[in-house]
Amino acid sequence: MGGCPNLRQTTMVKSDFGYNSKVEGEVIVTRADAVVNWVRSHSVWPMPMGLACCAIELMGAGGSRFDISRFGMEVMRFSPRQADCMIVAGTVTYKMAEVVRRIYDQMAEPKWVVAMGACASTGGMYRSYATLQGVDNIVPVDIYISGCPPRPEALLDGMMLLQEKIRQEGGSLKRTFRGRTVETKIVR
Amino acid sequence: MKTTKEISLGDIAAHAEELRGENMTLNMGPSHPATHGVLRLSLELDGDTVVKCDPVIGYLHRGDEKIAENMTYNQFVPYTDRLDYLAPLANNVAYAIAVEKLAGLKMPERCEAIRVVCCEMARISSHLLGLGVYAMDTGAWTVFMYTFNEREKLYSLFEELTGARFTTSYTRIGGLTRDLPEGWLKKVEVFCDGVLKVIDDVDKLLTRNGIFLERTEGVAPISKELALAYGLTGPNLRASGVGFDLRKDKPYSGYEKYDFDVPVGTKGDCFDRYLVRMEEVRQSVRILRQACKSMPGGAWYAEDAKKIFLPPKAKIMTKMEELIQNFMIVTEGPQIPAGEVYFEAENPKGSLGFYVVSNGGGVPYRLRIRGPSFVSLSILPVIVPGNYLTDIASILGSLDFVMGECDR
Amino acid sequence: MEAAVLTDRFPRTQVLPAQDMPTYQVAGEDLLETVRFLRDAQGFDLLADLCGIDWKDRTPRFGVVIHLLSTTHKEYVRLHVGAVHDAVPSVSSLHPGANWHEREAFDMFGIRFDGHPDPRRILMWDAYPYHPLRKDFPLAGIEVPFPAADVAEVTGQSVKPAPMMGGPFVSPGGKMSEGEPSALDQSWNEEKPKA
Repeated sequence: MGGCPNLRQTTMVKSDFGYNSKVEGEVIVTRADAVVNWVRSHSVWPMPMGLACCAIELMGAGGSRFDISRFGMEVMRFSPRQADCMIVAGTVTYKMAEVVRRIYDQMAEPKWVVAMGACASTGGMYRSYATLQGVDNIVPVDIYISGCPPRPEALLDGMMLLQEKIRQEGGSLKRTFRGRTVETKIVR
Repeated sequence: MKTTKEISLGDIAAHAEELRGENMTLNMGPSHPATHGVLRLSLELDGDTVVKCDPVIGYLHRGDEKIAENMTYNQFVPYTDRLDYLAPLANNVAYAIAVEKLAGLKMPERCEAIRVVCCEMARISSHLLGLGVYAMDTGAWTVFMYTFNEREKLYSLFEELTGARFTTSYTRIGGLTRDLPEGWLKKVEVFCDGVLKVIDDVDKLLTRNGIFLERTEGVAPISKELALAYGLTGPNLRASGVGFDLRKDKPYSGYEKYDFDVPVGTKGDCFDRYLVRMEEVRQSVRILRQACKSMPGGAWYAEDAKKIFLPPKAKIMTKMEELIQNFMIVTEGPQIPAGEVYFEAENPKGSLGFYVVSNGGGVPYRLRIRGPSFVSLSILPVIVPGNYLTDIASILGSLDFVMGECDR
Repeated sequence: MEAAVLTDRFPRTQVLPAQDMPTYQVAGEDLLETVRFLRDAQGFDLLADLCGIDWKDRTPRFGVVIHLLSTTHKEYVRLHVGAVHDAVPSVSSLHPGANWHEREAFDMFGIRFDGHPDPRRILMWDAYPYHPLRKDFPLAGIEVPFPAADVAEVTGQSVKPAPMMGGPFVSPGGKMSEGEPSALDQSWNEEKPKA
């Protein structure tokens, strides 16, 4: 276990856990944000909005070869009320867009959105009358993962990036989460 | 003062309509774990029994047929991958054969044999996932894990052959993208042994499992006449007792050379459909073994297809005529003569049909994709009413459809 | 099945040239009888496919193509029907599987099927005003309001035409063209900004 990254900076004693119980006396002093974000980042429960082929790679990432369970994310909750992160995997058509938005609205704060694959990020290779050109037209997206479909390793890379992003959030104890324009990052 | 009212049984019978209450309308929405994709079922329930079922599709309609009218024949191959995205190689092969029929090309034996290997591996891949997800919907998580693990081995093989785990885009009009890698066929034979073990494991877990039998035996039987009336094809049709398999009855791509059986069911209920798919995996392994042993040498593309298939790179770099051909085929598309053709291939989900109308040139005039899942879903309003709400998961899992093919 | 069997019984039927299966041009009035005859007397028991097609320059403009399969004789037959005044009799009474195929043909082309039990759109949402597979409809689409009013209000979105710049690079077809390959839909590009 790596422990809380912020913790290492506060102690002077070198130890495996960055924490020497003789000095600290069984007490860890840190920022509230750090603890809350650490917990949130290591138990992201995805809501798989599996629409098309990317859903198969999402299921593959949940399988035993690529084991998303290492990150605490194997709990794929199909109920939006119980989920943290909506992974939009697949092409979003205009007919489906209202459903995606409604489910996003039903998720409880804090919530994040990952656009997995080319179709969810920008409409992909389907430049047609029926395809929404990117799910960021209707929900705010945190992480974009490229690929058609992205390999499960790319999905895991994106989720790790999401974890980093969660760890850096401020104001995590406030009531209102973010009414935000999200800072987004393209994953290779 | 207590007032009592005497009610006789006759009264109750007379007021039965009022006592029954209303039917409940339930929406089994497009985002649902058991609907295998974005399918919406508008259900009317009388208690726990379904009275009416109206499937709403189109949530994954991406406009493939319109896109095809704007793309050259080779540029459309990646779109065929994403039709039945559980068996992309089979779609690639079906599309390539359809256009080659229109062009009047005859494929060399090696190309046909490689295509058969691809189709059968795609069939195993699709059935493994179909069985895994079907079992998962009825509650058996372990089966899903076993079959998914086996599919990962298939993905490694596909990746070595085509470069992508799935969405392979392997065929071109007139041949394939590249030849088989060294030693690949040996790996396929090793895989064949492994997959038979996994199918035996799944067999042990499910076929005589009391819970699985209770959930699937006798549920939603489709009679032979109903299956034919609704145009079902593939394992769904064979489970209902019609022994029609395109690989045997209208063989394409050299299937007549291989020796295999076609499983046919009797009652057409969910359990029969499960059994047919299990046996099909075993028969696919049989075909694979024969194809790997007897893989012929020679060309892997149609060498006489001058305006259709790209010439070999060595010649393009050195000879003028091949350079011009390469340029024209890439920019204008393979020049397919005018005409129309309809070709159906035996895909794992049913018969995938391509109806291609060409006015000459490299871009089709009309490309119609007949998705077997579209037809399988059209039977839902007939077979679902009368069953319980929980049976819907079994029925959907046993029909084994994929929305990419249904909505295109 | 020989061509004469059909043309003798239905004199308005014409034989069309095709390389893969017997193909006939059937008149709209004869369609139901022809399909019934083929199903009951000739053994074409499975409706493989029914689709619409937009013949731009012909009259009638739209056609319906029906493929029938005989599981016993293992052969196919193709029927072309012209949609006179955009209407064709529905074969869903003979082959119930045609129900959804006809709904799709209506959705994509606007062909009406007389006698269809449930004529509504199937792939696009019910309020969509256009028929997308018609040749005069652009691939990118035409701007229409979003299907759900509440979501449109929250997000401020509508159904926008897809950006075609950088789209599929094909030459418009035919002989070797003069210019380099460029996107088929040139309604906006580097020279001509989006209107």
